[in-house]
Amino acid sequence: MNRFVLPVIIFLLLAGVLYVGVVHSPDKSTMVSALLGKPAPAFELRMLGDPARGTFSSQRFAGRPWVLNVWGTWCAACRDEHPVLLDIAKQNRLPIVGLDWRDDDEDAMRWLTQLGNPYTVVVVDSEGRTAIDFGVYGAPETFFIDAEGVVQYRHVGAMTMEVWEREFVGRIPHSVSP
Amino acid sequence: MNTRGIWLAAICASVLLARVASAIDITLLPNEAQQQRYEALTHEIRCMQCMNNSIADSPVGLAADLRRDVREMIIAGKTDDEIRAYMVQRYGNVILFNPPLTSSTAWVWATPLVALIGGIVVAIVIVRRRGRLVADDDTPVDEETPR
Repeated sequence: MNRFVLPVIIFLLLAGVLYVGVVHSPDKSTMVSALLGKPAPAFELRMLGDPARGTFSSQRFAGRPWVLNVWGTWCAACRDEHPVLLDIAKQNRLPIVGLDWRDDDEDAMRWLTQLGNPYTVVVVDSEGRTAIDFGVYGAPETFFIDAEGVVQYRHVGAMTMEVWEREFVGRIPHSVSP
Repeated sequence: MNTRGIWLAAICASVLLARVASAIDITLLPNEAQQQRYEALTHEIRCMQCMNNSIADSPVGLAADLRRDVREMIIAGKTDDEIRAYMVQRYGNVILFNPPLTSSTAWVWATPLVALIGGIVVAIVIVRRRGRLVADDDTPVDEETPR
């Protein structure tokens, strides 16, 4: 009897370690952003469309919370989430900046014409530098940036109404919401 | 084709595929020292989209962008540590295949050491017990032989 106690304890310990390892394996969809609680990287990028429209600076929304949605016309999940973004835009709670990542301008404009445009502004990141600054590894990704310019949340994968209400709307200070 | 032939074909195919994979990145840096640093760094940075490839082995766009950043930083005179810090600041420690020793990763290094010491202790205990059994055993040898 006694001689089985130690092996069983060792087995349970090992099983525990492996269980934690399996459960917390770096699943792509649950990885926490390295930017949480840190200031959002500043960027100044060309706006999609007519070159005469000029550039957009991330400082534009300083002092109020805003959302950054990383997308591209090559991204299938972006198409899935698009109707949700349109519904969200109708709520008109937060400005949504679209970061058109590694994409073709004409494809992007056709996409927005055909499917509708949920974005307050769309900026073009054709070289993917701003996406890297935000630690983006797969589209779509959506960031919540608070009034102090700090990244408070990052959602990886298609946005859902449930995630939007819980993680984004839930983070809006009451004085800001309409 | 017999089994051995199938195995041979499979091995040849995988070697050929490996050669194709290594041809993803054909970047050349101005000098040999920079080239070596570039190749070492791109092999220790994880492709976050494919998880178990390095950015040197990955054909996805993000990996190409990260290789470009590594190349630009080397040419701009950044040190290897500065380049690693750049990656970690954006993607976290998970982007390095060889993550730094911190309080949250210490157990990775500690576990094998603990297991090794535990094993040695168990081995010593067993050897000692056996030794004692033999010393206490005064049964004549011929009585132990099987009937």
